[in-house]
Amino acid sequence: MKKTIIPVLSITAAILLLGITGCKPKNAGNAAASDAASRVYVAPGKYDEVYNFVSGGFNGQVSVYGLPSARLLRIIPVFSEDPQSGWGYSENTKPMFNTSHGQVPWDDQHHLELSQTNGETDGRWLFANANNTPRIARIDLKTFRTAEIIEIPNSAGNHSSPFITENTEYVVAGTRFSVPMGNISNPDVSIDTYKKNFKGTVSFLKVDPQTGNMNIAFQLLMPGVDFDLSHAGKGPSHGWFFFSCYNSEQAHTLLEVNASKRDKDFIFAVNWKKAEEYIKQGKGQKVNAKYAHNVYNEETHEASSTMENQVTVLDVTQFPDIVYAIPCPKSPHGCDVDPTGQYIVGSGKLAALIPVFSFDKIQKAIAAKDFDSAYDGIPVLKYNDVLHGEVKKPGLGPLHTEFDNNGNAYTSMFISSEIVKWSLKDLKILDRHATYYSTGHLMVVGGDSRKPFGKYLVAYNKITKDRYLPTGPELNQSAQLFDITGDKMKLLLDFPTVGEPHYAQAIPADVVAKNSLKIFDISKNKNPFVTLGEKNAKVVRTGNRVDVYMTMIRSHLNPDNIEGVKMGDEVYFHLTNLEQDWDIPHGFAIKGANNAELLVMPGETQTLKWNPDRVGVFPFYCTDFCSALHQEMQGYIRVSPKGSTVPISFSMGKNSDATVTPEAPSTK
Amino acid sequence: MKKMLIVCSMAFFLAACGSNNSEKNQNATDEATATESSSNSENPPYDPNRGEGKFHDVKLDPHLNEAMAEKGEKIYDLKCASCHKLSDERLVGPGWKGVTERHKPEWIMNFMTNTDAMLDKDPKAQAMLEICMVRMPNQNLTDDDAREILEFMRENDGVKK
Repeated sequence: MKKTIIPVLSITAAILLLGITGCKPKNAGNAAASDAASRVYVAPGKYDEVYNFVSGGFNGQVSVYGLPSARLLRIIPVFSEDPQSGWGYSENTKPMFNTSHGQVPWDDQHHLELSQTNGETDGRWLFANANNTPRIARIDLKTFRTAEIIEIPNSAGNHSSPFITENTEYVVAGTRFSVPMGNISNPDVSIDTYKKNFKGTVSFLKVDPQTGNMNIAFQLLMPGVDFDLSHAGKGPSHGWFFFSCYNSEQAHTLLEVNASKRDKDFIFAVNWKKAEEYIKQGKGQKVNAKYAHNVYNEETHEASSTMENQVTVLDVTQFPDIVYAIPCPKSPHGCDVDPTGQYIVGSGKLAALIPVFSFDKIQKAIAAKDFDSAYDGIPVLKYNDVLHGEVKKPGLGPLHTEFDNNGNAYTSMFISSEIVKWSLKDLKILDRHATYYSTGHLMVVGGDSRKPFGKYLVAYNKITKDRYLPTGPELNQSAQLFDITGDKMKLLLDFPTVGEPHYAQAIPADVVAKNSLKIFDISKNKNPFVTLGEKNAKVVRTGNRVDVYMTMIRSHLNPDNIEGVKMGDEVYFHLTNLEQDWDIPHGFAIKGANNAELLVMPGETQTLKWNPDRVGVFPFYCTDFCSALHQEMQGYIRVSPKGSTVPISFSMGKNSDATVTPEAPSTK
Repeated sequence: MKKMLIVCSMAFFLAACGSNNSEKNQNATDEATATESSSNSENPPYDPNRGEGKFHDVKLDPHLNEAMAEKGEKIYDLKCASCHKLSDERLVGPGWKGVTERHKPEWIMNFMTNTDAMLDKDPKAQAMLEICMVRMPNQNLTDDDAREILEFMRENDGVKK
């Protein structure tokens, strides 16, 4: 992405820099509103008004900010291992990264969507897509942890995802890359047979309304284009889903040129309720497809991975009343539905205007069967028949649009580096504000729901350059907070972000905060290796496997002296944190571990595997400062040569022989 | 600027005086302030024998409730035994031998369930913290849990059924 835009960018940057030196505003200080400092100041001990969930792009994580202060509250590992907590390294969490390709510990996390009820964000779950090895994750907002990851088969690059219907009935996954599939049995085809053999899919994953668990309900077999973004209809358009695409040329090489030839690409309008009916009637075709479904269980504190092997596919060319193509100028990216559900805004990133389509007009045109032609068997609607109107001369490179609660839309302009505010009613431009530099996505609080909270807008900029103190060639990407309560947008704050934010969501804080879990109830801990009280701490040898059942509490580990481990053993440390107090995690690290450390939350059990690689005595200790005697929270494990006769023994306070005392020494 | 400095230093001086005074009051004339405040304000005085928390008057049967004590022991094993021995020997926290003679039942149950508040305020709890140097964790006990643990403590102190 970055490479292709560098020539354009350098020109833009040059113009900007010239502009900046040549005339006012000279810098952010001048551009910011005069009351900006007081608007973003959240006093010590006070809370922010809004949670802002920000995708991490190439870091595979989700970061959580408080607004308006831009305090970084948390980073959630989703498609990325996290050595500080052991996420992805512990035995408990490894299965979360399982795929049909084996363990895939990284991904490119682009878009986020909060769960909704009646089109309003309900603060239960956050969905996240993986763009590289196609997956969707569900994050539980009680724990701010990844609860589930499902792989998407028949897809290559899950970009048009994870957008949801207005009651979270479905979360969707549209493939960016089309791949050989459909009527061919062998995917080993020449790339230049693209037009004949390559197909795209959009998948609909059913979400259980109670548990949130996902399963792939059906996939629609679509033309071989690149699906880009999508959004569900709402209110009157509930039951429909809109997917933007580029590369309707179906090029397979030098897409920069070859996929930018046509004057218009498409937004596909999908009647998912109709598709649902066909599936119920058994019209779908069962297709073999291998994909992993990984679920984290909060009671056993363990993830499990199941390999699924079938999906149901509907070929949309066989069912002509499911999908309609809306011509949309020049490689549309954002595909955004306004709060009333009446208008669909296409943001053609190479277009010099923003088309706004009318849902009513789309319905009329479909009812009248007044089609232009067909595209790969899909009826194409006439552009002028379904157009509500065009926003003229909005700027260059419209990418993405969100909405406030007063009938206004805000579109990010990548090439001309600005945010443009316009009216949905008459499509007139009301305001524009420069961004520093090159905004990708933007976000209004609740801005893609039926009831936007409004108030704040954040622009997520792709280029940082001179905005902060330099940190060598690599810079964190910059975000900018705007106040949108008045007629004019006011710049309040710049802040650096983590990874590369693409898309973001935000929700009033109280909706989420009130459900936040403080501890795991230890009496409900169902982990098979839990140690319920120090009395039960022990070390058990089974062949060359050694299981250490260890407890942690301020400020000791039990047992803290272990002997009898031999070279060639596999040692599993099962750590149970006996604390039941909020924010008292304990850590566990052992010298030479080839994986990571563990952070164990109160009432939780986590397991770290350790393969001793040499004879000797090895220290382990608590890594998370827990008390004045934290530094004393440490112990030793002795590793003897293979064939040694040192028996397994373990203790805390004094040594005792396991063969004599099968139970751990009691502290009574 | 000069004026600022003067105001600042005066404020500092005043604040320093204030804290000295209150410390003196707390340390030297505990009882006097207690009676004073009871006559002057509507807030009840801090009762160091009861501690602070929801328990005011815990009625104890002279006989042990064995079922309760048994439940209390289970909770002890899971949540307390890491730091408290049943003898009078200190591990992380003090040993439990004689604890029901040293403290009123209300104080014990309040300390178990309102740990942080009492560590910040209660003279006896603070004195123990100075010896143990580890703040007792709030182990998230229910009211019933606390009562059952108290019964187990009584059994440990020789109360018979």
